[in-house]
Amino acid sequence: MSEKDRRIEPRIEDFKPAKEGRIPRSIEELTPEEWARLKEVGIEPEAPKEGEFLQADARVVHCRKLPEGLELLPVTEALKKYDWLADYWWKAVPAEKDQYTRATAEDLDDGYFIRVLPGTRLIYPVQTCLYIRTPGVAQKVHNIIIVEEGAELNLITACTTHPGVRSGFHIGVSEFYVKRNGKLTFTMIHNWADEMFVRPRTGVIVEEGGTYISTYVTLHQVASIQSMPNCRLVGPGARAIFGSVVVAPKGSYLDLGALVSLEAPGTRAEIISRSVSTGGESLARGHLIGKAPEIKAHLECQGLMLSDEGAIKAIPQLDAYYANVDMSHEAAVGKIAQEEIEYLMARGLSEEEATSLIVQGFLNVRIEGLPAELQKRIDQAIALAREGL
Amino acid sequence: MAKEALLEIRDLWVEVEGKEVLKGVSLTIPRGETHALFGRNGSGKTTLLMTIMGFPAYRVRHGQIIFKGEDITRLPPYERAKRGIGIMFQRPPTIRGVKLREMLKLCAKENGVKIEELAREFGFESFLERDVNRGFSGGELKKSELLQLLIQDPELVLLDEPESGVDMENLQVIGRMIRRLLQKDTHRPRTKSGLIITHTGFILQFVPADLGYVMIDGTIYCQGNPQEIFEGIQKHGYEECISCLRRIEE
Repeated sequence: MSEKDRRIEPRIEDFKPAKEGRIPRSIEELTPEEWARLKEVGIEPEAPKEGEFLQADARVVHCRKLPEGLELLPVTEALKKYDWLADYWWKAVPAEKDQYTRATAEDLDDGYFIRVLPGTRLIYPVQTCLYIRTPGVAQKVHNIIIVEEGAELNLITACTTHPGVRSGFHIGVSEFYVKRNGKLTFTMIHNWADEMFVRPRTGVIVEEGGTYISTYVTLHQVASIQSMPNCRLVGPGARAIFGSVVVAPKGSYLDLGALVSLEAPGTRAEIISRSVSTGGESLARGHLIGKAPEIKAHLECQGLMLSDEGAIKAIPQLDAYYANVDMSHEAAVGKIAQEEIEYLMARGLSEEEATSLIVQGFLNVRIEGLPAELQKRIDQAIALAREGL
Repeated sequence: MAKEALLEIRDLWVEVEGKEVLKGVSLTIPRGETHALFGRNGSGKTTLLMTIMGFPAYRVRHGQIIFKGEDITRLPPYERAKRGIGIMFQRPPTIRGVKLREMLKLCAKENGVKIEELAREFGFESFLERDVNRGFSGGELKKSELLQLLIQDPELVLLDEPESGVDMENLQVIGRMIRRLLQKDTHRPRTKSGLIITHTGFILQFVPADLGYVMIDGTIYCQGNPQEIFEGIQKHGYEECISCLRRIEE
């Protein structure tokens, strides 16, 4: 198998099981360097939140929730506690989807279970973290998130590695269920290591009047990430927005996108992607399928090439099955306009300062409906990454 | 005693995309004075301003630009900005995702100029949260440029047709902003200088100039009282300038 193929299709056998990792018993064992790393991906120990969860390698080391109306458990515990969980287990993501989902189905390294009870609207975020602490392990997690009728959840997930870890493999199966008139805002910030392989496998089902807003951020070097969440809008008026902010440094292969299937009248979907290549390869996919009348869907892919190495490939697809649909896409890839750099230079910025400000502005996509607290964490991550661009 | 020269241009020859545009321009702007530059489209006025600011597409083949006694001919634009030169763009680009407020903070560095106060004074505070120049009208672009300059607070201001595309109502505000920039309302000796390109001459009603130049085909043909020159151009066009007695002999 060539180096490129291995990058695109990493093999789990090349990694140690996460259960053999050096796993801490509690978060008190984490060092200040590890906390600094966690803060880079938006983990704020002091910020107000409704609940927090941290899994290192294969063990849940911290799980705490505050309000009534919120359930937060390691998924292995939830499976024992609730028989009905079988109705949600591998229902939004098929277990047979690929070799990675099959491996997770066979040998699970835990994950989180979150359920917000009907009518409960949580103001502050629930913060979860999937952390690889031991070099060379494969971590396989499976998460279930259920937002019951009329409930609301802001979930921020940060995924990162120990500062000393360079290689590893993360498979994250996540199944999201948004019930009638529920709202789920999901923000995921990744900061992996240069030899990490990452395969999120995400399924989302949104019922009548429900809203799912996803923002995905990855700004640092990583061997490869491949992810294409599959979102089904099954009830009238359901809505989904997928935003992604991606930087592909040299040595990174990022194949990212979203598929939204609009299956009921009056559903709406939007996919917005911004990617920057500083020498890596970024594939920005978007696939919208109009399977019902009176739907509205839009796809926007914008890429900025900062180097003659690497690549950006924008791959939009629209499928319509009814006459009465409104579906559109726009895609653009280019370099930074010299005129903009010179404009900022005339105001006293050096060429490097001007470039980095323009790139930060380009990545500064505002997702409608994203809570201010989550936007703040994303802005912080981009501002930190900007120093390295 | 002669006033200190803030800017001195000596026999400047400039090439743009392989074409010679400026052919031996010399001029001196003393500290505290505002000079006006007239000329047809394509005569080289904008090229002169862009070259003073130092944009790389404007290649100096010969001559010198001296600012505050220092030869800045080879310095990049941001070094010139740091030394006290500011330019108002005729068609500024949009900087997407960057709020005007953020841009103004960068212009201000740490010079203590109050962003909020100035924006409020010129009725522009609602634009602070908008992306720089995004969807701005002609008049709004000019205000945005002038607000950036007021905050940058340069000693030499280069203005390229500040009145173009501006309606009468906004012209008043823009005139006030330029007066402020060039200290036209102060009784103390002025320290700020300006070089203004104008086609219509309108802006001179708000911002009087001390000296005017006529540029024809990359050279300065004449200099003198800006009001007289402007009236002459209005009556007789630029043809008259070519045969005019005031022509600077080579």
